[in-house]
Amino acid sequence: MNPSPLSIHRWTPLSVASVAAVVGAQLLLVAVPLVFGANVVERLTTLCIYGILALMWNSLAGYGGLISVGQQAFFGLGAYAAIRLADAGFPVYPALALGALLVAVAALPMAQAMLRLKGGEFAIGMWVVAEFVHLLVNLDPLIQGETGTSLIALNSFDAEARRSYTYWAALASMAALAWGMFFLLRGRLGTAAQAIRDNEEAAASVGVRVFAAKRTLFLLSAFGCALAGALWVATTISFQPKTYFSVQWSAYMIFMVLVGGIGTFEGPILGAVLFFAVETAFGATGVWYMIGLGATALLFAMLLPQGLWGAIEKRFGLRLLPVGYFLK
Amino acid sequence: MPELLSAAGVGLRFGALTVLDGVDFAVGEGEAVGIVGPNGAGKTSLLNVLAGAYRPTVGAVRYGGGEVSRLDAAERCRLGLGRSHQVPRPFLGMSVIENLMTAATHGGGFSGAEAQVRSLDALALSGMTPLANRRAETLGLLDRKRLELARALATAPQVLLLDEIGGGLTDGEAAELVSIIREIRARGVAIVWIEHIVHMLLQVIDRLVCMDAGRVIANGEPRAVLADAGVIDAYMGVA
Repeated sequence: MNPSPLSIHRWTPLSVASVAAVVGAQLLLVAVPLVFGANVVERLTTLCIYGILALMWNSLAGYGGLISVGQQAFFGLGAYAAIRLADAGFPVYPALALGALLVAVAALPMAQAMLRLKGGEFAIGMWVVAEFVHLLVNLDPLIQGETGTSLIALNSFDAEARRSYTYWAALASMAALAWGMFFLLRGRLGTAAQAIRDNEEAAASVGVRVFAAKRTLFLLSAFGCALAGALWVATTISFQPKTYFSVQWSAYMIFMVLVGGIGTFEGPILGAVLFFAVETAFGATGVWYMIGLGATALLFAMLLPQGLWGAIEKRFGLRLLPVGYFLK
Repeated sequence: MPELLSAAGVGLRFGALTVLDGVDFAVGEGEAVGIVGPNGAGKTSLLNVLAGAYRPTVGAVRYGGGEVSRLDAAERCRLGLGRSHQVPRPFLGMSVIENLMTAATHGGGFSGAEAQVRSLDALALSGMTPLANRRAETLGLLDRKRLELARALATAPQVLLLDEIGGGLTDGEAAELVSIIREIRARGVAIVWIEHIVHMLLQVIDRLVCMDAGRVIANGEPRAVLADAGVIDAYMGVA
């Protein structure tokens, strides 16, 4: 049936080298708390959390074609679940992951309802969901409305140990989610998701189970955003609902993914690093920083809609972390 | 010829608009059927009902002996119903070979090496091997149409539903598509083909159906259907 001497491949020497480099860099990052001071460790923890958020928003929008401005629902719920579990006497670091898992379970019925909405309806619907869960969390006597509470259990660790543990937890979470997504995208879900991203009806016409694929992405994104929220509360200790359920988190995610390159695997990571760098440099300038972010996102949307990595990939045919196929 | 895919008493309404009105249609195993008719006759709607993109308001769709009316497009594709779209809908962000691998893994249900063999086969049959690594968004119209065919073929269909795949092409390009479709047919794949370019159809089909205003108005040997007075009146525009 196949007389051609050509065959289908996934890896190039460049992609093997870049995956090896990423693994190497991640291993080096493990040693950061042993070498650097408190400030660097804290900043890199933030970067890891941004990385998670960017990856998760991209998995939903870039691959599932589902634009959400309500991912802060899961971010806030992740933090809330960690606080609730720790309050119930659960060991605090495992509580971060278990809480995120519980949020993903809660996201299942949400997916059944929300994924029936299309386009703008879904985007705004998710925002409504976020406001709704925000109000529900406020009703919890432990949270005391907008007064909020703290992840008190963390005070049992001394400051330096806590900083290191939280950093390692964030690094491990980002690496696990990124590699998990990498392997998912190399499997059936990857071709399904990229097909849905490009044309939903055509995807269905070649046998892609559109709803099931979207649901998987929705749950993955809920889990990841919840984990990011739990890690955030581990860095700041205090939990005030309106900070966690703020739409600003979705705005950050959109920024990172748009600038980095929506629908590419590498783009959001690049976007997170850029966002982090901009925030580190200009974050203290207050309102002008926000205006600058907005203007940058706008310029990218108009002039470079594929984002930085999308443009690089198209221009040079580069694929560092290969989720596709080629013929040779 | 045993019946493979059929529509029985199919009606389709969007609000007050009746698009299909009591349509009976069938294609046998390995048979090639053409569908002609004026614009708005309901040809594409019938194809969408057969493929599962639309659910009929009344009537039933049967395939391989079972009723498939309630199955969606993805499930029908997995059972062996492949289709092309009137306006090609390639996965633009993927390369040609990735388009085919997607079809082979999902619609065809193949994994690993088998998916690759199927994709390479569809690639070769459609003459797209030199374009395998091109992003679909860089393809011109003829290549997008060839990709529609190749992608449907990679799902290993028993029936291929083609929607005006010949439109907008030069005679030479059309001839190229005809030879690909004949090759697919020679493998025993049944074909249902909507087309305005009748001379393309006549090179492939065994039987011709003419539709008008949501109904089947003629069905039979192609030349006889084209000579039918009702068909000439409704479709050819000469009385």
